[in-house]
Amino acid sequence: MRLSILNHGHGLATKALFSVIRMASGHPVLDIIKLVKYRADFYGKPMGAVTQEAMRGPSAWSVADRELMAAVVAKSNTCAFCTEAHSSVARQALGDSARVAAVLEDLETAPIDAPLRATLRMLKKLSTEHSVHAADMRALLASGVSHAQIKDALAVSFAFNTVARLAEAFRFEMPTSGAMDAGAKFLLARGYG
Amino acid sequence: MADIAAARQALYARILAGTGHSDPAQRRAAFEGTSQSQPARELLEKIRLHAHRVTDADVQQARAAGLTEDQLFELAVCAAVGQAGRQFDAALAALAAASGKE
Repeated sequence: MRLSILNHGHGLATKALFSVIRMASGHPVLDIIKLVKYRADFYGKPMGAVTQEAMRGPSAWSVADRELMAAVVAKSNTCAFCTEAHSSVARQALGDSARVAAVLEDLETAPIDAPLRATLRMLKKLSTEHSVHAADMRALLASGVSHAQIKDALAVSFAFNTVARLAEAFRFEMPTSGAMDAGAKFLLARGYG
Repeated sequence: MADIAAARQALYARILAGTGHSDPAQRRAAFEGTSQSQPARELLEKIRLHAHRVTDADVQQARAAGLTEDQLFELAVCAAVGQAGRQFDAALAALAAASGKE
């Protein structure tokens, strides 16, 4: 990572926690964990509350749907780390690797329902063009996505349009697939809070 | 429905008005994307618009201009949260315009 404080600046208790994580998982600590644990009161804790509500709060979208949204937002930000992280969670939540790969390869032909496809299309536009218009939202509503579902999807986009920027700015290292899958398993079981 | 309003406001309050290594006015400018005169201007602009183009040299340049790593950490967070927040607010406004309800 580009800032040495994110690698080595944590307090003793956090360093001890990292040792436990390394021993229990058999993998190095992921850079996202190093980020959220650095001066956690400034960013990690308040952002964790946002992300937990967006990803695991009450919603008509499933956990897998929201992880797919996170992966699409990450890919739209050209963030390889976040794309792989949330693809991995989505794969585990869905139990369907092919569908996740298809969504990221070509959203328009992926085997998913029309409302989810339309929502992912809107999130991709928002993340790449930085805005969407009323016409985009009218099209989304017409495709059968409810007002509440759109707000829930936008909450996911807020979280990952933030995190993906920081992952790229700080240059998160891509871990091994084993380490990423272990992290994804933890996120699926324990959430973001 | 998931409701991030309170958590988002708490995040904003912490990063903009809480204690830190950088001046709150610097953090506000990074958040709002108005940090033209800041030493980390180029870095923050990239974080807002295309963070994947940030380079080691951008970070070195900000360091050379006198910013500490803790200040860079805070300003980067503010830039990222601010831009993501503007995208979120723009999309909510578009939804309100399309649906006639908040």
